[in-house]
Amino acid sequence: MSERPMSTARDEILASIRHALNVTAADAPRRAAVAARLSAHAKGIIPQRGQLQGRALIECFMSQATAALATVVEVSEKDVPGEVARYLRENNLPATLKMGSDIRLNALNWAATTLSISFGASDGADLNGLSHAFGGVAETGTLVMVSGEDNPTTLNFLPDNHIVVLRAADIAGDYESVLGKIRDRFSGTLPRTVNMITGPSRSADIEQKMLLGAHGPRRLHIIIVA
Amino acid sequence: MTHVATTPQFKQNAHEALGDVQLQQALGNVRTGFIDKRAKAAAKLPEFEALRDSARDIKNHVLQHLDLYVEAYEAKVKASGGHVHFARTAAEANARIVEICKARGAKTVTKGKSMISEEINLNAAIEAAGMAAVETDLGEYIIQLRGETPSHIIAPAVHLNATQVEADFRRVHTHLDAARDLSQPTQLLTEARSVLRQKFLSADVGVTGANFLIAETGTSIIVTNEGNGDLTQILPKVHIVIASLEKLVPTMEDAAQILRVLARSATGQELTVYTTLSTGPRRAGDVDGPEEYHVILLDNGRSNMLGSEFEDMLRCIRCGACMNHCPVYHAVGGHAYGWVYPGPMGAVLTPTLIGVEQGGHLPNASTFCGRCESVCPVRIPLPRLMRHWREREFERHLSPVLVRGGLGLWAFFAKRPMLYRFSTGLAMRAMSLIGRAKGRFGWAPMASGWTKTRDLPAPQGATFQSQWKNRK
Repeated sequence: MSERPMSTARDEILASIRHALNVTAADAPRRAAVAARLSAHAKGIIPQRGQLQGRALIECFMSQATAALATVVEVSEKDVPGEVARYLRENNLPATLKMGSDIRLNALNWAATTLSISFGASDGADLNGLSHAFGGVAETGTLVMVSGEDNPTTLNFLPDNHIVVLRAADIAGDYESVLGKIRDRFSGTLPRTVNMITGPSRSADIEQKMLLGAHGPRRLHIIIVA
Repeated sequence: MTHVATTPQFKQNAHEALGDVQLQQALGNVRTGFIDKRAKAAAKLPEFEALRDSARDIKNHVLQHLDLYVEAYEAKVKASGGHVHFARTAAEANARIVEICKARGAKTVTKGKSMISEEINLNAAIEAAGMAAVETDLGEYIIQLRGETPSHIIAPAVHLNATQVEADFRRVHTHLDAARDLSQPTQLLTEARSVLRQKFLSADVGVTGANFLIAETGTSIIVTNEGNGDLTQILPKVHIVIASLEKLVPTMEDAAQILRVLARSATGQELTVYTTLSTGPRRAGDVDGPEEYHVILLDNGRSNMLGSEFEDMLRCIRCGACMNHCPVYHAVGGHAYGWVYPGPMGAVLTPTLIGVEQGGHLPNASTFCGRCESVCPVRIPLPRLMRHWREREFERHLSPVLVRGGLGLWAFFAKRPMLYRFSTGLAMRAMSLIGRAKGRFGWAPMASGWTKTRDLPAPQGATFQSQWKNRK
């Protein structure tokens, strides 16, 4: 595939923009303004609801996620396998689980359960997926997931039931805080995919009536660990 | 290869829509649902109005520095292993997408919902090249089965009822048991889910749009509720993003500001279920995700809007609030507008994209009630922009003789205040007398276009001017 013909399109589009704005490419003050804006990462307006701390922050996350039709529980770390098993059992789901290589999940005592666990990306055949969130955003009860071998992106979408472990310390009030943390962790860039997830999949495309379980998970269960 | 516009026949389209009983029933879902949900979501966030200002200011800043943000964005996409392809026109964008698909020997191309792909009529280009294009958003899938265009920019099948969807599924999904029960919307959803799941898993290329392009990181963002956009982009070997120039924002922080007003304005949700940031192809160590990541950056008339009286329209974030609140859209639905973009935003955008000669009727299809501007999350002065088009249409003598004649007649009276007051006063008294019994007219001479679908209220006997004078 040659890049040649499109470089003409590129030059023409940039020239057309500059003509419309009545500017030239060599405009130092404009370039400086854009460079400053790109590096400043200035936060705009952060809602009050996104500035909570401590217990109020966790409770805001829980109530917002519940309003988005996720289910949320708080357990201690050692009780996570038991909680996963309970959730699957009480919803009459098979005792199977697919997860990535996240060390925080793999280190848990799964032997204490009767769950049949497999590892890796999902190929669409898995009913239940388990992931570890990078963080949570309290203002809308949103999970923030990053792609990679630890927590493959396909687990967020293909299984019917998605269970997500979230550390209470990783919950922030606003989107900007969590996205900024990802930028720091990945040295100023981003991983291939960042999924911000607020409740289970849904559609209102038929007569504007909201129905759960469109293409992604039908259920989203969030386990907050202290 | 753009859609053939029926916009020049807007009046005929609108006439037919008003008499379409099924459509009128479906449009009730717009009138009752969207307005209430947006109002509640806005009321729940005290900072909502300030965030609208913030969103407007970010968009204006980007437009004034658009060339530099395009350059910065392009460099970051390349640095993350992706490709940026510039396209001046719809034809160039389609040609480049087909070329990328063919290079991978693609047979099936899945698509996330994208209004830009409607604008360039990408499906026709993919199919003309011998490949299958599969829409995966439920609404888009339904209208693809019917060979229709979207009637709403975020609810493409809002003009349909469940029974029509059922009939389409029975017609197309012939591999399924003919005796199956599809009487409930959940059954329709479940069937679409299982049919499309196979398409997702077998697709060679996935095409999505973008709600934002982040210059800082070379990232594209899509927002969906179904998760179809995500399955479209993570399962095939190639992910192609088709986006127009004005989708750029400087940083993730800027995107977060606008995200706070987008879903609330659109569906009344606080945030859509899935907000996905994509940066380049699969990384070392990744066990899923596409091997190739391409962005088609489309101009198609945008750079000409910059610096013109229509520049404000480039702030549009395609939430659909303007059409959700528009009495004209409520009355005729989206298809009457005749091309890709309906409602007030469509009335402004369509003439810029297909020409005022073809799209000139749309800016006239407004009562200038101002509801669109009052709910626009980026504060686009839509009525003013529609008025600009009316002026242009009039200046270029594109208005019909009857309209020009009528305006000329009105101008004759308006320039003679005594005569104007006398004749309107006489007419009001006459109409008040005749209409006193019912308070309204079911028919009036030269007003049958109005009275055919609604009553004309009878005047109370005094003109506005005389009432105003008395009040003083």
